[in-house]
Amino acid sequence: MKEADDMKNNVPESEKPDTLVKTIVSSVKNNFRQYTMIFALAGIWIIFTILTDAVFLNTRNLSNLFMQSATVAIIGMGMVLIIVTGNIDLSVGSVVGIVGGVIGFLQVYGKWGTIPTIIIGLIIGIAIGFWQGYWVAFRGIPAFIVTLASMMTLRGAVLGVTHGTTIAPLNKDFKAIGQKYLPKIFFQDASFHDLSLIITIIVIIAFIIFAVQKRKSRIRYGFKVIPKKYEALRILALSVLMGFVFFIMISYRGIPYAILVVIGVAVILTFVSNSTVFGRQLYAIGGNSEAARLSGINIKKRLLYLFVLMGGLTAVAGIVFTARLGAATAAAGNLLELDAIASAVIGGTSFTGGVGTIPGALIGALVMGSLDNGMSLMNLDVTYQQIIKGLILLLAVFIDTTSKKVK
Amino acid sequence: MEDHILEMHKITKDFPGVRALDNVNFTVDRGSIHAIVGENGAGKSTLMKILSGVYPYGTYDGNILVNGEEKTFDGIKDSEKAGIAIIYQELALVNELPISENIFLGNELADRGIINWNATFHKTEQALKEVGLSLNPSMKIMDLGVGQQQLVEIAKAIAKHTDILILDEPTSSLTQSEAQNLFKILRGLKKRGVTCIYISHKLYEVFEIADSITVLRDGKTVGTRKAKEVTEHDLITMMVGRELNQMFPRQPHKSGDIVLEVKNWTVYDPEVVKRKVVDNVSFKVRRGEILGISGLMGSGRTELAMSLIGAYGADISGQLILNGKNLTIKEPAAAIEHGISYLSEDRKESGIILMMNIRDNITLASLNKISKNGIINENEEIRAAEEFVGKLKIKCSSIEQKTENLSGGNQQKVSLGKWLMTKPEVMILDEPTRGIDVGAKVEIFNIMNELIDQGVCIVMISSELPEILGISDRIIVMHEGQIASEFHWREATQEKIMYCSTGRKFNERSR
Repeated sequence: MKEADDMKNNVPESEKPDTLVKTIVSSVKNNFRQYTMIFALAGIWIIFTILTDAVFLNTRNLSNLFMQSATVAIIGMGMVLIIVTGNIDLSVGSVVGIVGGVIGFLQVYGKWGTIPTIIIGLIIGIAIGFWQGYWVAFRGIPAFIVTLASMMTLRGAVLGVTHGTTIAPLNKDFKAIGQKYLPKIFFQDASFHDLSLIITIIVIIAFIIFAVQKRKSRIRYGFKVIPKKYEALRILALSVLMGFVFFIMISYRGIPYAILVVIGVAVILTFVSNSTVFGRQLYAIGGNSEAARLSGINIKKRLLYLFVLMGGLTAVAGIVFTARLGAATAAAGNLLELDAIASAVIGGTSFTGGVGTIPGALIGALVMGSLDNGMSLMNLDVTYQQIIKGLILLLAVFIDTTSKKVK
Repeated sequence: MEDHILEMHKITKDFPGVRALDNVNFTVDRGSIHAIVGENGAGKSTLMKILSGVYPYGTYDGNILVNGEEKTFDGIKDSEKAGIAIIYQELALVNELPISENIFLGNELADRGIINWNATFHKTEQALKEVGLSLNPSMKIMDLGVGQQQLVEIAKAIAKHTDILILDEPTSSLTQSEAQNLFKILRGLKKRGVTCIYISHKLYEVFEIADSITVLRDGKTVGTRKAKEVTEHDLITMMVGRELNQMFPRQPHKSGDIVLEVKNWTVYDPEVVKRKVVDNVSFKVRRGEILGISGLMGSGRTELAMSLIGAYGADISGQLILNGKNLTIKEPAAAIEHGISYLSEDRKESGIILMMNIRDNITLASLNKISKNGIINENEEIRAAEEFVGKLKIKCSSIEQKTENLSGGNQQKVSLGKWLMTKPEVMILDEPTRGIDVGAKVEIFNIMNELIDQGVCIVMISSELPEILGISDRIIVMHEGQIASEFHWREATQEKIMYCSTGRKFNERSR
């Protein structure tokens, strides 16, 4: 109540306080699913903290949790865009497998270097994406079938490449992508990680500059902006949140390379979905394909590009995954597609198409990762782990559908 | 002594914001063929949906008597039990199933859940014979022609021991000879005592087949006549005798050069081979004029418009000339680029994207105007959206509001804004005022007049005669894919247009 009073007193007449409240309320309403998921994530963390005598919350464990979630997060974010258009990609697990298999094969038997094998891996992913996009967009075969076919075929190919064995050891610098942290550069003996700290500071400063610039250009255009005080508060809150996440990693061993990849992918995909014509058109296609078609959107081309993008992303995830494992195996990536889909859906992506956000999938991946991590810490039987994860997914979608009905 | 098999008394049905039926009385003699006629939206289908239990008892006011006995149907099953069967314009058959399974769908001849296939086959053959079909009951529906499918529907009704058979626009997709065959079957059923309610737009058919005719208009019964005692002219007067009110802000337009010319435009149905949906249509639109296209549902108006922007049709032939230049438009993007925009008839299905906000909807067709290298300039986007929200007086809390939370009129304005942002030279508006309230209608007409002043030319497709008459400068009437007639607005009357819409040529052409 006090806050509301403050607003009334300090906000100038032109900025009606109730519009501000309304914006906040409508923002919560519009992103209901994401807010509930943030709360759910916090709830899950609290529960595990209690159940594990705070082991869950120590920086080592949380750092591990982030790394464990990296692969699913990358694919989950791509999956958002796929599901937004009303499609699905079941092949991602097998693509991760084949990318890892080929990289492992080339490194171990061919003695290839890290960079060339990464390039080959990316090319494989993009080529598979192109192949799938062609069948979905230009031949009209449902994505479910096309990607199911790839899932089966590529799993066979993985077996062929690996001969059912584990291929190891991989190049050291390759493994670093999935296992290592940013090094200390200036203060080798310090208890904190200077490079990670520097990067954190740069990221936060960049964020603040970006937000201020955006506000300035809004004002230049003569648009209404929220009062300076509240904008500052918002920027501060988000900076603190980011700082907190980075702090966890800095105070353990620094920022893992894998997390840098995740952040990069998240920034790029958020930009694609919010600020590019391509991204906007994907949402339109999923929201109402007939309206999108009549608005001059070339649906086939967009879907082809989308699957190519997804193929590339999956290859990136495959590289991170294989590096983390330190080996290529025949079973690599098994069932990964389901975790990725679950992450997207828990993060608010709607299977009817047209709705879904990239940050949502990140949260979703963290929810799934936290469940895995926390239950493992508790030494809970895998049986129960699977059951609980399944039920949580159902619950998430249930909340989504009921919240829509309430509206 | 009159023998009524069906009496419907004082039927009133409300939809949110609209009264679809207002105290309708409807009485049918036993063993007759009774036609219901009326314009699009007169309430024919709603009345039949009440009779067949689609709208259950309690959702409407009034009562229904079958064989003198009051009935309260809770669903289709109940009305079927009372001997009523309805055959919709869109046939309700399962394409992948054989005839026999379709005929007994939901009524399977089964003993404790196990289907008796022999009886099913035998009874199917009998039912097919009644409608003059000698087909193998195991043939799949998708292998039949549309005319045969229709007869299968009738056979299905007969197999249910139907006393009252309702047919909604049964000939809309039939050829002449298939229609004649259907009439023969219906007369045969009549001899066997089946009563038939026949809904149609086509007055000549009604005169050919019906004993009595009831006219509905704006949800009210205008009257019931014996077919022998009325002329076509009487019926048309009854159908359209509506007062033209003053809501149409007609303004004098000065028409200029020819902007769009369409010559010998012919389009085939992409799904049904060799079915012409637009047949040799030619027309011109001048700068600064509103060309109204009238016609009944299924007359090919929407198909004409969609084929012009490259969004529909197979084997398209003919010329599309814009400002003296021949164009080939293969996809909507090309139409937008050339300055032809099409506001689709179904706002929610193909107009706006409901889950997107106002801003995203308005800029959707012009993203290239506000982006550089594929990156959207958010500020320009907000400015553009604000501009159209202001110009079109869209009532909303902000441009971030989702369009699903807007009223129909405001949704339509968003859709209109999307097309205005593409800066079109030719705007094709398909049913621009369907389902929106009177105030919003007038606003949309005013916007149209403003556009005309800015030199845009407008093609307006509309099923509402008062609207066509009230706002168009010239009117063309379509019937079965062809242009049946063309009028200057001063010569046009509701009667003349209805006359042409129902398939009669009007002689005083005014080109």
